[in-house]
Amino acid sequence: MVIEDFIGKLEEEFDDVAAGSIKPDTDFRNIEDWGSMHALIVIALIDTEYDITLSGADLRSVNTIQELFDLVKSK
Amino acid sequence: MSIRSKISAISYYLPEGRLTNDDLFREFSKYPPEEIFKRVGVKERPIRGANQIGSDLAYESSLVLFKEHNVNPSEIDFLLFCTEGLDYKGPATACIMQDRLGLGKYIGAMDVPMGCAGFTNGLSVAKALIESGQAKKVLLQTADIPSSVIHPNDLELRMLFGDAGASVLISKCDSEDSDAGQIGNFAFGTDGSGAENLMVKRSNTRTPVDTDWLEEHKDVGGMLYGRMEMDGLEIFSFSMREVPSLVREILSRNNLELEDIDLFVFHQANAFILKMLARKLRIDQSKVFNCMEYIGNTVSASVPIALKEAEKQGKIKPGSTVLTAAFGIGYSWSGTVLKY
Repeated sequence: MVIEDFIGKLEEEFDDVAAGSIKPDTDFRNIEDWGSMHALIVIALIDTEYDITLSGADLRSVNTIQELFDLVKSK
Repeated sequence: MSIRSKISAISYYLPEGRLTNDDLFREFSKYPPEEIFKRVGVKERPIRGANQIGSDLAYESSLVLFKEHNVNPSEIDFLLFCTEGLDYKGPATACIMQDRLGLGKYIGAMDVPMGCAGFTNGLSVAKALIESGQAKKVLLQTADIPSSVIHPNDLELRMLFGDAGASVLISKCDSEDSDAGQIGNFAFGTDGSGAENLMVKRSNTRTPVDTDWLEEHKDVGGMLYGRMEMDGLEIFSFSMREVPSLVREILSRNNLELEDIDLFVFHQANAFILKMLARKLRIDQSKVFNCMEYIGNTVSASVPIALKEAEKQGKIKPGSTVLTAAFGIGYSWSGTVLKY
């Protein structure tokens, strides 16, 4: 599991995000039009791709894509 | 031969009020109507009349049931009334309902104050009553009025919830019934540590409404029944974590495989959850029934309405094997298999 794949999958899930616009140090809450729906999509993607169900508290504890990726890897 | 039980009739009642996506757009101008539909899969929701409460919707749904299915009320020998909005702290609403519906005096009547999982929890009690020989025809009413506990400013909740009542008749299988309509074995789950994540605040004895609360909500009529608060992220996470395991447990307790199920009828929580459950379970989206478009999430009434709609649309036919599961507030979750 490498972060580039993870980012690629995220970009595919978000209709309104251009490929290549998300970087490891991106604070995901700063992604354009970020909202509650995106948070659900992140939990769903990680669950269906990596079989890890993050809690809402897990997701709230991290800020950047790198931190999110590390959290998933640690589970 | 052991006694078996079946669902022999379902009817439902929707109150006349409607809340459309156009209404919500006019009021909030946050999401255009098509964006609301994209987010939650709902176009309009039934909304109770000013004086209608859960038991009124349940009562109407039972009148529909008696008429639609030619049910003689005097044959009912047990009443289960499921809602999160009981008429009083005492007496039980089921007792009042026995009288209102003109049911016999020598029957059992109890409330099942459960929410999203109320139908499947109630169905398990009906099955137990029948299969242990203590009742022959159980009327299970499920009715909720979530709109009464949603603050008018809570757009995310208003997008989702609708008010409705449903009535389900559960009967003893006749000897010639074979497997038809048989209610299978149940699986259950409970996790009260999630209670805070979906709760109607200030709704009862522990934290009753006080003068500060009334003052704070003066501009919206006081929020007299309490106010629903939902951590949508935690509820979604809970659903993704527990429902797939619940499905596997239901299958195992009924000696079935995923492929044996013709249709999955889950609690109509929101369209995104239904879609993601299908993805996680690796089943085709078409096998997960969704009738939320014009009804929304009607809490305990959602599953019986969905079962009825699926039958109307021909997605449940004689011979179908249906897995039904409901989950939510509590947390509480349960489900079973229905053989039509």
